[in-house]
Amino acid sequence: MPHATLAAEFVADEPRAHWHDQTLWWARAKRDKAAHCVPEWEQLREAAAQIKAATMANLAHYLEQFEANAMRLGAQVHWAANAAEHNEIVLGILERHGVRWLVKSKSMLTEECHLNPFLERHGIEVVDTDLGERIVQLAGERPSHIIMPAVNFKREEIGKLFHEHLGTEAGASDPNYLTEAARQHLRDKFLAADAGLTGVNFAIAETGGFVVCTNEGNADLGVSLPKLHIACMGLEKLIPRAKDLGVFLRLLARSATGQPITSYSSHFHGPMPGCELHIVLVDNGRSAILGSDEFRRSLNCIRCGACMNTCPVYRRSGGYSYEATVPGPIGSILAPAGDMKRFASLPHACSLCGSCTDVCPVKIDIHHQLLTWRHEIAAHGHLPLTKLMAMKAASFVFRHPWLYRMAGKAARAIVPLLPRFMVYNRLNAWGRQRELPPMPKKSFRRLYRQRGKKAER
Amino acid sequence: MPSKEKILALVRANKPAPAHLPPLDNAWTTYPDRYRQFAATLESIGGRCVALENLDAINRALGEIPAYASAKQIVSLVPGAGQPNFDPNAVDDPHALAAVDFAILPGQFGVAENAAIWVTDAGLRHRALYFIVQHLALVIPADQIVDNMHQAYARLSFPEAGWGAFISGPSKTADIEQALVIGAHGPRSLTVFCIQQVQ
Repeated sequence: MPHATLAAEFVADEPRAHWHDQTLWWARAKRDKAAHCVPEWEQLREAAAQIKAATMANLAHYLEQFEANAMRLGAQVHWAANAAEHNEIVLGILERHGVRWLVKSKSMLTEECHLNPFLERHGIEVVDTDLGERIVQLAGERPSHIIMPAVNFKREEIGKLFHEHLGTEAGASDPNYLTEAARQHLRDKFLAADAGLTGVNFAIAETGGFVVCTNEGNADLGVSLPKLHIACMGLEKLIPRAKDLGVFLRLLARSATGQPITSYSSHFHGPMPGCELHIVLVDNGRSAILGSDEFRRSLNCIRCGACMNTCPVYRRSGGYSYEATVPGPIGSILAPAGDMKRFASLPHACSLCGSCTDVCPVKIDIHHQLLTWRHEIAAHGHLPLTKLMAMKAASFVFRHPWLYRMAGKAARAIVPLLPRFMVYNRLNAWGRQRELPPMPKKSFRRLYRQRGKKAER
Repeated sequence: MPSKEKILALVRANKPAPAHLPPLDNAWTTYPDRYRQFAATLESIGGRCVALENLDAINRALGEIPAYASAKQIVSLVPGAGQPNFDPNAVDDPHALAAVDFAILPGQFGVAENAAIWVTDAGLRHRALYFIVQHLALVIPADQIVDNMHQAYARLSFPEAGWGAFISGPSKTADIEQALVIGAHGPRSLTVFCIQQVQ
């Protein structure tokens, strides 16, 4: 379904849409405060962009270097060309170990691959352990934000969900009480799990290790109790040197939540003694994006979510309106790269204000790429007919100045006289949620000419 | 391994123009008083920072922490700190650590800009201890605080298998309506003892 259709459902509940908007804006404000406390913020962003560019320029080398080092440390490395192969690899490892209960920490990659339903179909119980992810899992939903998966849920709704699934008191909605209940519930899951699965924030080519960042400590608890740790990562998570982490760990949490660093930044090098560590490297379309001069920089994304928090469209339309694994501005670049037709509306869910580009810690030119996507989508014939006709008409008018002048004159004269139903109807999408501004008395051209005459005098 | 070759071939075929890694030798922020910056940052993220003249003073300071006073199972891997009654290295299975109430563990060094402390599993059989314990205290020498993360990584190398983490504050979450709750899955509190004079 097009973004605008799904967004219409979201904005229909105005107080809720407003609450969602304010919640995310608060996160944006915290990010600003944290960024402003670092005098060299712009230097860090520049360095991050340079590191990512250098990594992408030599990615095959770094991938091989990472694999060799990881294997030297005792980890087993797997390569998956697509989501299906990734899921088969993970299932194969779990089956070889006879795993029935798996605890997972946050991994957008496994969301992208739809790993949970796949494993559940094969009889493995999967428990998401990040509190936000557990909430959406219990609700049978998907994350609506990559850092705050349950940001669209009200505390009363979470209370109801926990009452049904965890046996908390009916009507209870205090976050402290609910979090404590989740802690107890998930602790049992941690202690019972046969294996732990994590995502990867950064994988270090020169050492063969990787870093996982959480605030809750769920990733660490999940992989330090069982004897099997599976870490799944997209190819783009690689960085060349350990010292590059100095740049990225300074940027990540400040951009995401305004914290100086996450509570836990764990560096895994090889398995625990007597245990197994498997690393799954996943392509799933990333190598194709690497080949695109226009969209390559979207691979620099470190998944901080800052572009979502600042986006006026995301804040007012909610994560589900994007129907993509990663919603918001960066998701609107990544999703069409996977399925242009299905996600053709996403690059249009953007006012091109550029706020995402301003806050991006790795300097991705997000709004420029969204504009480029619009050209691509039009060139491939994926524009809806109404938009296509409107574009063609506008293009024709703009190419004929006499027509443009006449149309303006006619509109100024006629629109104020029209009955309401002639202006506000199905054909005028701009008039659906808002009143049109009053028609000006004079055209801009005329005002400009008069101003010029005044200046001469 | 066909997928590996396929992926690497695609990545090579789509190789962009060369680009150089930055040296990262910028003049990064330093602090006139690293301890003060560290302590203030730690307090701001929900941790507690306690400066001690020497390690002898730690037991009195511990006694003033209600969670320590009421703890039944106590672990200490800092010689002379606390009255431990449980040896985490004596158990084979990390699940046996589930009932530890309070752990006093050494930290390697702190970072002033974000109050992170570098810890490792050196000398510790089960890294799960850092996360499964109800309350955590870390002990670092006060002169082992660096300014920023760049200095931190200059001190670290990863030549062999092992685990290390930056721990900054207690376990926390804000996943329910952005309300900050301390004590998500990991420790409900973090106390950092900074020892001025290490014997």
